[in-house]
Amino acid sequence: MAFFEMVKTALRTVLSRPATIRYPAEPAKKTLLTRGHVTIDESRCISCGTCQRKCPAQAILLNKEEKTWQMDRLRCVVCNSCVDTCPVKCLFMDTQYTAPTVTRGVEIVTITYVKPVKAADKGEIQG
Amino acid sequence: MTKQIIIPFGPQHPVLPEPIHLDLVLEDEMVVEAIPSIGYIHRGFEKLVEKREFTEYVYVAERTCGICSFIHGLTYCQGIEEIMQVEVPERALFLRTIWSEYSRLHSHLLWLGLFADSFGFENLFMNAWRIRERILDVMEQTTGGRVIQGSCKIGGVRRDISGEKLGQMSKDLDSIGQELEELTNVFLRDASIKHRLKNVGVLSRDDAYSLGAVGPTARGSGVSLDMRKTGYAAYGKLNLETVAENDGDCYARCVVRCRELFTSIDLIQQAVRKIPDGPTDVKVTGTPDGEYFTRSEQPRGELVHYLKGNGTKFLVRSRIRTPTLTNIPPLVKMLQGCELADVPVIVLSIDPCISCTER
Ligand code: SF4
Ligand code: SF4
Repeated sequence: MAFFEMVKTALRTVLSRPATIRYPAEPAKKTLLTRGHVTIDESRCISCGTCQRKCPAQAILLNKEEKTWQMDRLRCVVCNSCVDTCPVKCLFMDTQYTAPTVTRGVEIVTITYVKPVKAADKGEIQG
Repeated sequence: MTKQIIIPFGPQHPVLPEPIHLDLVLEDEMVVEAIPSIGYIHRGFEKLVEKREFTEYVYVAERTCGICSFIHGLTYCQGIEEIMQVEVPERALFLRTIWSEYSRLHSHLLWLGLFADSFGFENLFMNAWRIRERILDVMEQTTGGRVIQGSCKIGGVRRDISGEKLGQMSKDLDSIGQELEELTNVFLRDASIKHRLKNVGVLSRDDAYSLGAVGPTARGSGVSLDMRKTGYAAYGKLNLETVAENDGDCYARCVVRCRELFTSIDLIQQAVRKIPDGPTDVKVTGTPDGEYFTRSEQPRGELVHYLKGNGTKFLVRSRIRTPTLTNIPPLVKMLQGCELADVPVIVLSIDPCISCTER
């Protein structure tokens, strides 16, 4: 049986700096691997649709005709599946969390990738 | 005969982190019967298995629970690997074990904090969570997620931890261990805590066994059941001592969890010493055809995943039996004959995790 077992710890925490961060005045803790949000390099996306198929939350919608890549940030559970499976590695995981929002909406990115025409076919290279 | 009254407890109650409802039948201040009802946060995860490819479902399986998420992912992967007879590399098994034990540390610290809060010891609650933050930081540094790690995949793990980082983690655990000692000493020795918890919510060994208690709830009553002893992941290669107490009261359950913190630290340090070099995953081809029951030890007890595939990319059935579900009948037993004022402490003493119970 002991009394005042907590006193030592309590005194030390009273006298030391707070364990919490004054976010947002001070930036939140981040690590190199932190999963914040997904970004795309639209100039390299080949519109293969793998990310859309592999997304467990159905947050990505790819429109091959209109060449758009659409992302619903509120659906995305930031699991990294799309980033891992993209065959040309044009998706990236940014370490910054997305800012809070009060409206629903999707982010639409127009894919600017142009398939290079083979030199043998045309003699000129685009892209 | 004394007049009986019924008091509803939950689903919204200051002591409950998640919604469960109990109808308490009282005679004066004494509970004579508790009638539980669940079903407030059912999300239909088991049905979703038919709509997501089996490789993607691991992300869904992990999100079954917000605390022992990693172990859900691990158990699911383990089941699929058994069905498809995938040989997982040793290193991946050790890494899974390390992350599982970190999950246990963070879950037990979370519980110790909430438990302290339930008997009104706010300062202790804050301190438990302050230490837990250090565990979560390591999780984030090694997997990218504080709570949802997402580092397990079918055929291995998605991330490796460098030898240097492993060494540093093991060293940090020494200093975390010292802080934990200070913290658990308060739980184990303080007179007011002992006074509050001793002989409250007693569950006898026979009741624990026959009502199907699992995890620390069973071990607090002297039933030394621990699924880690089955040797899944790398547990078979580590030296594990099962912690058990005989009193079966809230204090015994608290002691079990306090002591398990140190077993977890020991297991991680053993794993860091023994981890072999090599690949962390194997390529998995084909689709699962067959069924399997797979078990693991969550911080709250035994977890069972039943998986059935029919040779397509989509499984046909998944069934998750979580430890809290089997701990509810023992809880009802503990509540019979207790004082109304003890109900919050007793409910928390089984470490209820309702969202994974309802999936
Ligand atoms: S991170 Fe996961 S949830 Fe988010 S878009 Fe990619 S696959 Fe979908
Ligand atoms: S982002 Fe990657 S995976 Fe998605 S459509 Fe473009 S190339 Fe394919």
